[in-house]
Amino acid sequence: MSEPPLIELEGITKTFGEGAAAFQALKGVNLTIDRGDFVAVMGPSGSGKSTTMNILGCLDVPTSGRFRFRGVEVQDLTRDQRSLLRRRYLGFVFQGFNLLARTSALENVELPLLYRGESKKLRREAAERSLDLVGLLPWAHHTPAELSGGQQQRVAIARALVTDPDVLLADEPTGNLDTERSLEIMELLTDLNKTGITILMVTHEEEMAEYAKTIVHFRDGLVERIESGLKNGGSAASASEEHA
Amino acid sequence: MLGMIGATMLLALREIRRHLLRSFLTTLGIIIGVAAVITMVTLGRGLTADVQEEISGLGSDVFIVFPQRADPNVPAPPFDDADIRAVENQIAGVEGTAGSVNANATAFHNGQDWTTSVQGADSEFFTAQSIDVVQGRGFNEQEEARGESVCILGPKIAEEIFQADQILGEQMRVGNVSCRVIGVIDERSNSVGGGNDADDVVFMPLKTVQRRFIGDADNVQFFVVKYDPAYQTTVIQQQLIDLLRERRVIQDGEDNNFNIVDTAEINDTVNTITGTMTAVVTMIAAISLLVGGIGIMNIMLVSVTERTREIGIRLAIGALAREVRLQFLTEAVVLCCFGGLIGILLALGLSILLSSAADLPFVFDPVVNVLSFVFSAVMGVIFGYYPAHRASRLDPIDALRHE
Ligand SMILES: Nc1ncnc2c1ncn2[C@@H]1O[C@H](COP(=O)(O)OP(=O)(O)O)[C@@H](O)[C@H]1O
Ligand SMILES: [Mg+2]
Repeated sequence: MSEPPLIELEGITKTFGEGAAAFQALKGVNLTIDRGDFVAVMGPSGSGKSTTMNILGCLDVPTSGRFRFRGVEVQDLTRDQRSLLRRRYLGFVFQGFNLLARTSALENVELPLLYRGESKKLRREAAERSLDLVGLLPWAHHTPAELSGGQQQRVAIARALVTDPDVLLADEPTGNLDTERSLEIMELLTDLNKTGITILMVTHEEEMAEYAKTIVHFRDGLVERIESGLKNGGSAASASEEHA
Repeated sequence: MLGMIGATMLLALREIRRHLLRSFLTTLGIIIGVAAVITMVTLGRGLTADVQEEISGLGSDVFIVFPQRADPNVPAPPFDDADIRAVENQIAGVEGTAGSVNANATAFHNGQDWTTSVQGADSEFFTAQSIDVVQGRGFNEQEEARGESVCILGPKIAEEIFQADQILGEQMRVGNVSCRVIGVIDERSNSVGGGNDADDVVFMPLKTVQRRFIGDADNVQFFVVKYDPAYQTTVIQQQLIDLLRERRVIQDGEDNNFNIVDTAEINDTVNTITGTMTAVVTMIAAISLLVGGIGIMNIMLVSVTERTREIGIRLAIGALAREVRLQFLTEAVVLCCFGGLIGILLALGLSILLSSAADLPFVFDPVVNVLSFVFSAVMGVIFGYYPAHRASRLDPIDALRHE
């Protein structure tokens, strides 16, 4: 018997507001994502990409339809049960980095482990390993204000990785970065994907989407088209340079 | 979970340090409330201790009975030995009685003279009044029965007249009576009868003073009644009043021409006064604490709004509602505990200062201090709960979008 897909969306709709002000942002999204995939979600602004990501990230629930994650029916879970799911299996990277201000990079990365109740020693070790992975160990004791945008996003990725998540969700992770920094982040995500982490990423830049194995195109709250089996680590890889 | 609480505490401390002035101003209500209550209770304890010390000079579990004019134009007759014996023999619960008389006299010794008062009292009186003879001895039965010329000195007159000389066995003259000094008593804070200064007195056996100074062998100016504390004082007191009214032939409807002082009653009165004082201050403090608590709630609500994004991040990475709630609750409690602690320190300083200014003993009451601290923490829980609950109910997506 084969394992169920990691993620299954079936007829997902999402309506914001009520009555005359009601707005249907998702109109019946069907999507299946397998373990180990690197998915880029593309589409015009307002097409429902972020709304879908929020549902996939168990931050929000659909108005109707079914979302199965690892065989679990997420729409039936309570708020705290969804928190536990996020804590255990999901890592988030946001467009705006969303690090805790006036808190060192190391402490930011340790944060998810704190909620897992890990010991101080284990937190410290795991956080340092994670920061090392994104190449920021020397900056461990700097606060976000002392780091560049690219560095902040790496800290955010380190924080998402520190719990060994199954899935990394990134909503426009390079939206606030210049091309060079963006490509570095994409390299990093590609490397992570190679270690087995499933990556779901929203982007509206072709250049970034080229790193993905699957591209899902959204339009008007529906999946318009799916390109799968793409060559991972495309032409853009050569354009990226190690910055000094 | 333990690591979680430790980390939460650290976080709370960091947050308080970040807004030091604001935190301090926020807790001012609690500081003032706690300081007021503790200072008041401490001063009240000091006052009580002071009064008790004073009363202990009058003896405990005793009534002191004085003649007192019922009609301002008619002098109240003195008591006599028969009155005292009747009280001792006819009232259940009375363990003993001791009469006393008092007169002014000048004492002479070695060419010095000293105006003092001479008090006639036997050893029962010494016992009932807890008068300690610290040098020499008290009167013996023979001296009391015969009314011999022996005397026991108060510490002040002993010092004034004898200075560093030998005291015991010396002859001294008091008025027209030459007496032999057989003892010196300890310092006392208060006395019954006697002059203004409890330590400036010459004691002689009751009979001696009655005969040689008053000229009436039967006359008793006042007496103390020692009772068994197992009996109800009000019952004994009523019996005492009835008996004395009968013996002094007071008609129904006429006022008593004597007065009964109950040391236990004085104690009760002081306790009632300090109790009332404490109650009033506690009321004021309660209002101050309420205002303080609302201040805490307000600042915590501000804090939750300011840190909406942080809450969003925590929720997104998997914090449970109760964990976010615990974080903000801890912050409020830690804040209040600091307020309580500062209040306790302030009260300590204030009560030391005030009790020395009011010449009262400083009596540290650990219970009220610990209770105040616990109460501060409880305030944190009560007034921190709603803001913490608000924080825990935030929607992670909205919170993350918050600017
Ligand atoms: N909380 C909300 N309340 C009302 N409308 C919303 C809300 N979130 C998103 N929308 C609307 O839903 C549509 C899809 O939004 P979104 O998923 O953010 O699009 P995008 O593809 O640009 O990420 C947009 O029209 C947006 O205005
Ligand atoms: Mg979006």
